[in-house]
Amino acid sequence: MKLDKILLIGNPNVGKSAVFSRLTGAKVVISNYPGTTVEFTQGYTKIDSIRPAIIDIPGTYSLTPTSKVEEVAVKMLKDSDLIINIVDATNLERNLYLTLELLEKHIPVIVALNIWDETKHKGIEIDVKKLEKALGVPVVPTCGLTGEGIKDLVRAIPKAKAKRFAHSTDEEKWKHIGKIIEEVQRLHHRHHTLLEKLEDISIKPATGFPFAILVGFCAFWVIRLIGEGIITYLANPFFEKIWTPIVLKLSAFLGPENFLHDIILGKIILVEGQMEYSQTFGLITTGLYVPFAMVLPYIISFYFMLGILEDFGYLPRLAVLMDNFMHKLGLHGYAIIPMILGLGCNVPGALATRLLEGKREKFIAATLMAVAVPCMAQIAMIVGLVGERGGIYVTLVFLTLLTILIIKGVVLNIVMKGKSPEILVEIPPYRIPHLQSVLKKLWMRVFSFLKEAVPYVLIGIFVVNILYVLHIIDFFSRIFSPILHHVWGLPKEAIGALLIGFLRKDVAVGMLGPLNLTTKQLVIGSTVLAIYFPCIATFTILVKELGIKDMLKSAAIMITIALFVGGLLNLMLRF
Amino acid sequence: MVVKLTEMKRGETGILTSIDGGVGVTSRIQSMGLRLGKKIKKLESHFKNGPQTVLIDNFKVAIGFGMATKILVEVKRDETRQDSPHRKS
Repeated sequence: MKLDKILLIGNPNVGKSAVFSRLTGAKVVISNYPGTTVEFTQGYTKIDSIRPAIIDIPGTYSLTPTSKVEEVAVKMLKDSDLIINIVDATNLERNLYLTLELLEKHIPVIVALNIWDETKHKGIEIDVKKLEKALGVPVVPTCGLTGEGIKDLVRAIPKAKAKRFAHSTDEEKWKHIGKIIEEVQRLHHRHHTLLEKLEDISIKPATGFPFAILVGFCAFWVIRLIGEGIITYLANPFFEKIWTPIVLKLSAFLGPENFLHDIILGKIILVEGQMEYSQTFGLITTGLYVPFAMVLPYIISFYFMLGILEDFGYLPRLAVLMDNFMHKLGLHGYAIIPMILGLGCNVPGALATRLLEGKREKFIAATLMAVAVPCMAQIAMIVGLVGERGGIYVTLVFLTLLTILIIKGVVLNIVMKGKSPEILVEIPPYRIPHLQSVLKKLWMRVFSFLKEAVPYVLIGIFVVNILYVLHIIDFFSRIFSPILHHVWGLPKEAIGALLIGFLRKDVAVGMLGPLNLTTKQLVIGSTVLAIYFPCIATFTILVKELGIKDMLKSAAIMITIALFVGGLLNLMLRF
Repeated sequence: MVVKLTEMKRGETGILTSIDGGVGVTSRIQSMGLRLGKKIKKLESHFKNGPQTVLIDNFKVAIGFGMATKILVEVKRDETRQDSPHRKS
């Protein structure tokens, strides 16, 4: 038997990625909500002497796809040599539909009865041997999170054989499933657990909203506590006590005011013996301070909190609570998932728009996110820079963005043809997050920030310096000075920030720092930077997801809004 | 009596009898496990025209209002009592 490609396929949120991670050792994001995986990931495992590729794909309920995510899954099926069908053992009946569909495909199948550990708590008893006989393929109980049964799963791989189930209609399949279930499954009565009571509280409208506000408040508080804690007790002391002396020595070595000095160290500014790291704009001063001391602490705290909420299973509940509101914006409740992911980084947010069914919905969600959902790197910089002038101004920036999100959504919903599709989503049970999985996921996300964002920050700082030296920024600032000055009330030098904003938003916000702006200018500058265009990484993904034509449309909307809102703020604000 | 899913009361249980939608919607709803003949329990109705949450077997599903109006459920109700639920026996 040829065994190059093994496909993991199953319903959404049955733990495919957890099994994948166990089989291959590869690191993938695992959460407790349907639609965590929106792309396929490939890894390798070892079975005796061969090393087949294992492919983790997005979940699907059937082989008739209803969204782009599911399409990906079905397409992958064609050229696979073996399928591991991951089944949620606590929802056997529903999961078996896909199993029967797969058995008609004449590809060898193994069934992994995942989430096996939970069947006991739920009073579910499954006779594995009988199930194996009924399906005619190997069935292995597994628990992806703890790794139980994974070895048995690997041992079963050579035993898999293609079944030749004849094609049957939907009705026949369900009848067949009914018979199988009756034979292999027993349910026992049991009492409601505390977690289930919490499930009820968090989704009943009367208690769900106060609960959501409480969760939001706690999340905000924890993110700020951890973020500021790392900045105050770790990052700043490191830069002040250890890094500053090194920088000063190097500065003396390189000699003052030469090109190399400016690029590596920037223009050193000392206030009361301490470096103003956010204003010097050298590669190893601002270039390291921005990503490590200003942004990274908030990336860590945000993704820690998000990981807990994801693994607990809270996000789909929030989606249900927000459904009515989101319909006003031309979306349904599940569109909050890309928005929330976008708060971390717009790139995964943009990818998650694949969860949405229609082209219209994707367009609205992606455009709203790109305009009004600043990423954590940008948020951290705004908190750091605008926050110095007072918390009220930070609030003002975010309230402005929220207002734009709502108004833009309402307008798009009216202007664009069609209407928002309806939510249809499974709400997973609450699960106590495994600390180990939360930390692993946190590390993966932090690592990807370090790997993908930090180089861009450095490139950004480098480019800023080159642009200044070559007087390119002067050139642009003369051209755009009317807009900057008359519409937004910003000095012409702010063009540098707008140019760099295409590359990295955090560096761009940081570039407003040395301009000695008034508070009003700083508020307008930060807001405009958030709105006017996505960063290059997000832009690339959006072009792929929306197509170039829609992306250009979307970009035109962004620029218009930036001009309008920036101008409006300039007229209205009085401080 | 047969009612729309949206007309079921909170906590009421019934048997799913038909899905009154196009082929696409029907098969999508069914493949999620909400299929004909299943026992279905309405958990919550979210505000005016909001999503409906239901329990089938062991799992919960949230269904948009419009889609939920197309799902018909056979429920047992004492129809003589329906007008005056607080009547003392």
